[in-house]
Amino acid sequence: MIWASSRLVDAAKTLVVPVLFVLAWQAAVKLSGTRLIPAPREVGLMLWDLTFGGVYDDAFSKTIQVHFWASVTRVYSGFFLAAAVGVPLGLLIGRVKLIRELVDPTLQLLRPVPVTAWLPLSMIFFGLGPNAAIFLVFLGAFYPIVLNTTFGVRSVDAKLFEAATMLGCRGSSLFRQVVLPASLPSIFNGLRLGHGFSWILIVVGEMTGVPEGLGAIIMDGRMLSRADLVIAGMIVIGLAGFVTDRVIVAINNRLLAWSPQHRV
Amino acid sequence: MSESDVHRSAKPILAIKDVGKRFSIGGQTVEALREVNLTIGKGEFVCLIGASGCGKSTLLRIIAGFETASSGSAEMYGAPIAGPGPERGMVFQDFALFPWLSVKQNIGFGPRQNGMPGEKLDALAARYTDMVGLTKFADYYPSQLSGGMKQRVAIARVLANDCEVLLMDEPFGALDALTREKLQQELLEIWERTKVTVIFVTHSVEEAVLLSDRVVVMTAGPGRIEYDGRVPLARPRDVSAIDFNQVRRDMSQRLSSHVTRNMAAAA
Repeated sequence: MIWASSRLVDAAKTLVVPVLFVLAWQAAVKLSGTRLIPAPREVGLMLWDLTFGGVYDDAFSKTIQVHFWASVTRVYSGFFLAAAVGVPLGLLIGRVKLIRELVDPTLQLLRPVPVTAWLPLSMIFFGLGPNAAIFLVFLGAFYPIVLNTTFGVRSVDAKLFEAATMLGCRGSSLFRQVVLPASLPSIFNGLRLGHGFSWILIVVGEMTGVPEGLGAIIMDGRMLSRADLVIAGMIVIGLAGFVTDRVIVAINNRLLAWSPQHRV
Repeated sequence: MSESDVHRSAKPILAIKDVGKRFSIGGQTVEALREVNLTIGKGEFVCLIGASGCGKSTLLRIIAGFETASSGSAEMYGAPIAGPGPERGMVFQDFALFPWLSVKQNIGFGPRQNGMPGEKLDALAARYTDMVGLTKFADYYPSQLSGGMKQRVAIARVLANDCEVLLMDEPFGALDALTREKLQQELLEIWERTKVTVIFVTHSVEEAVLLSDRVVVMTAGPGRIEYDGRVPLARPRDVSAIDFNQVRRDMSQRLSSHVTRNMAAAA
């Protein structure tokens, strides 16, 4: 009973700042009399119409599912691609000196280039369409994943290698049984950061002229001067990013149950 | 015939012959060991003792196979030591347990590498977990254990892997006094039961006299063996006994005499 009530109190605490924010927003719109920013209620209506229709009955009514799934598909295509390339590459860079010497300088040279700067080139490479967006998401998620994985491998305690070799663990087995689990906390850190960047970059990626997607409706809202549509799109991205981050955290806490300092 | 005499007559398991070790640190060469000779019999309990920097840990790491000697040779049963191996099990001061494995998985790590089948592995891990009194904690992770429990796991981990020589690098140095006493007793019981050979590095004269058949005193700059002698006390030993105190005082004098001599030379 005490446990349940403390959970309730915790949940209430997380709501304090958002509620205050919405109230301040409402007050600011009302006091300034602006017509450029909609009041929270109008954004709520827009979200309702996007989801269920029946309010404006225009081209955006009841379309949220289409945009949501289009974006989710791109975010996770890019993210999983980045993880599939970034984790093994990071393990190799961390573990094999030759690969580190060959690849790392180039990586460090490319890393400061903002992902958004790749937008024109990605449109040339992949044309107008989802692939350009996926490429940008991939780039954004790739760097934090590869860097954190490398860091994780490099910081494995040398004594653990000694202990493992002494107990008869060698070669590729050492990699699987020591390097991988020991660097798992850092790998997860990189995945979580990369996952966050994926949702950030989807809006940029969907500026490349795709008709569907949460980024696309934000661009449409901008073009049509419909700030309620822009803010509705922002809220959906925020919620989607938040919920999926909780999923990653849950997996993290399960796989890293052995390490109290790495539980989130 | 006392127990230490039994050990003395045993055939040598380890032979260190004229071992020297030089490290180069930042362009400078440091001589850590010079002409170290040491023969250890099967089943012996030997303590290496000396001030910091005397090379006792380096010597232990050469025996473990983590380092190679710059000159001379280290041999086990007459064959040169070519690298780490299961027959020589190191117990580190800071435990070096695998934090992502439970107690019983840590203990079963070695046999698992050799492909021991699941059921046999479980039984073996359970037996050694029980030997160090951690059955109730078999599914705990290292982060959930106290320092003393972690060191018990580390000892069980190498014993479960059939190690013949237990190499212990100040294993109880990080533990509080009560836990240390308890583990010293447990180690002696394990040693008497398994007849494993133990090489034990320590700072503490009392610990050396309490535990070992033989005390090897090392001196620094460069590291070499200053004194190598047997502990003339029957087991079980009592740290508060008069003869224990006498032996301890002798050893302390041997240790401190060259320390002051070295300090005089350095001044």
